[in-house]
Amino acid sequence: MSAVVTAGLTVVVDYGLCNVDSMVRALEECGAREVERTRDPRLVARADRIVLPGVGTFAAAMRNLREWHLLDVIREASARGNVPFLGACLGMQLMATRGTEGGASGETEGIGLVSGDVVRLEPTELNERLPHIGWNEVDARVDSALFAGLSAGSDFYFVHSYHLRLSQTADEAARTPYCGGFTAAIEARDKPVFGTQFHPEKSQRNGFALIRNFLAV
Amino acid sequence: MLKTRIIPTLLFKNVGLVKGKEFDSGRRVGAALQSIRVYNLREVDELVFLDIAATPSGARPDFREIDELADNCFMPMTVGGGVKSLDDIRDLLAVGADKVAINSAAVETPELVRAGANEFGSQCIVVSIDVRHGADGKAEVFTHCGTRSTGRDAVSWAKRVEELGAGEILLTSIERDGMMAGYDVELVRDVAAAVNVPVIASGGCGNYGHMASVLANTRASALAAASIFHFTEQTPREAKRHLAGLGHRVRLAT
Repeated sequence: MSAVVTAGLTVVVDYGLCNVDSMVRALEECGAREVERTRDPRLVARADRIVLPGVGTFAAAMRNLREWHLLDVIREASARGNVPFLGACLGMQLMATRGTEGGASGETEGIGLVSGDVVRLEPTELNERLPHIGWNEVDARVDSALFAGLSAGSDFYFVHSYHLRLSQTADEAARTPYCGGFTAAIEARDKPVFGTQFHPEKSQRNGFALIRNFLAV
Repeated sequence: MLKTRIIPTLLFKNVGLVKGKEFDSGRRVGAALQSIRVYNLREVDELVFLDIAATPSGARPDFREIDELADNCFMPMTVGGGVKSLDDIRDLLAVGADKVAINSAAVETPELVRAGANEFGSQCIVVSIDVRHGADGKAEVFTHCGTRSTGRDAVSWAKRVEELGAGEILLTSIERDGMMAGYDVELVRDVAAAVNVPVIASGGCGNYGHMASVLANTRASALAAASIFHFTEQTPREAKRHLAGLGHRVRLAT
């Protein structure tokens, strides 16, 4: 499908709560040559790119990342500053400092790739239903690498009830006008760290364009 | 603005897709994989895939079949049929379902809905509600592919599953199913007004006007349809063009 082939090892971290095959397939369709789904920390440690997909609750996901020794290798790889990271849906939320979904005590520590917390969406208008499910528009900042070539207000597929509230809006790549507006994508200013609240792997041609942009980082 | 989704429903039985009337699923309409490939090309908003043989036969979902379909499905897919346990939900998500639909088991074991929402998040737990009207006009919930009455009223059951943690309701009118004479607008209106989770209207669509009628009169978030796409030349894309022309918000192909 894609003429551009991206070399290097791309790992899709499988932390046991959801399917990662569609993300693997999407990365391959978008030209990633070597894609591995894995829960092996050694493989994650030597990845050239890390993708963290996600369905599940914040607390359950962090529990598995910790127990399976994936948390530290993700943090270390990100700290090196040359391993592009993409978190999708729950995968983006896990990038936060902390989350509030599913934890017994109400709060769970996140991976901490960006500063912020994960909280429930709150409807601000009549008929804003939760979960936020379906296709909605995404407005990206003009200098975003992730959204390069995509027109303003492109539709992507969402399915979530929580959102990541950034402490530093500089890290925000895009917003979506629902429940008063929330961060739809992250693109850190100082390191190759990206996140999408939507599912690029399920967002057809817009999603694939975004994945190709990520692979080109 | 969030778009209204148009969702083709694929009913799977034994080895292929079927579609009938009023839940009588006699007619074969092709192979599942082939349909999914066509819908990929057409970039439909989402798919619902229900294995209608699983619960009546007591079988677990056919994970191998669904795995193959999901691997070839580049759109969000809700999978249902035979879901009875947390393991069933986990295994369906593991093979590639984006959301899992629970119907009979939600009535028999309401705790399953709560446990599923706690473990995997409400956003992937869909409760499928099949409704038939009694002689007294009451909208009653039926399970086991429409064969078992529950005595439960549709609106109160919808509110109950929302409380339990369901993230979406797939609401199907049994008597409208396959008749292509229009959705049960009143049922959709009442249920969508009673809950705050998205409601997918299902059963009865025969033309684009039927879809428009639901959007004009109810707060449904999505429209599911099967016969119209199996048996007529009408397509999800043309449906959305029609609805956009009436001022409804839909996702038009770019």
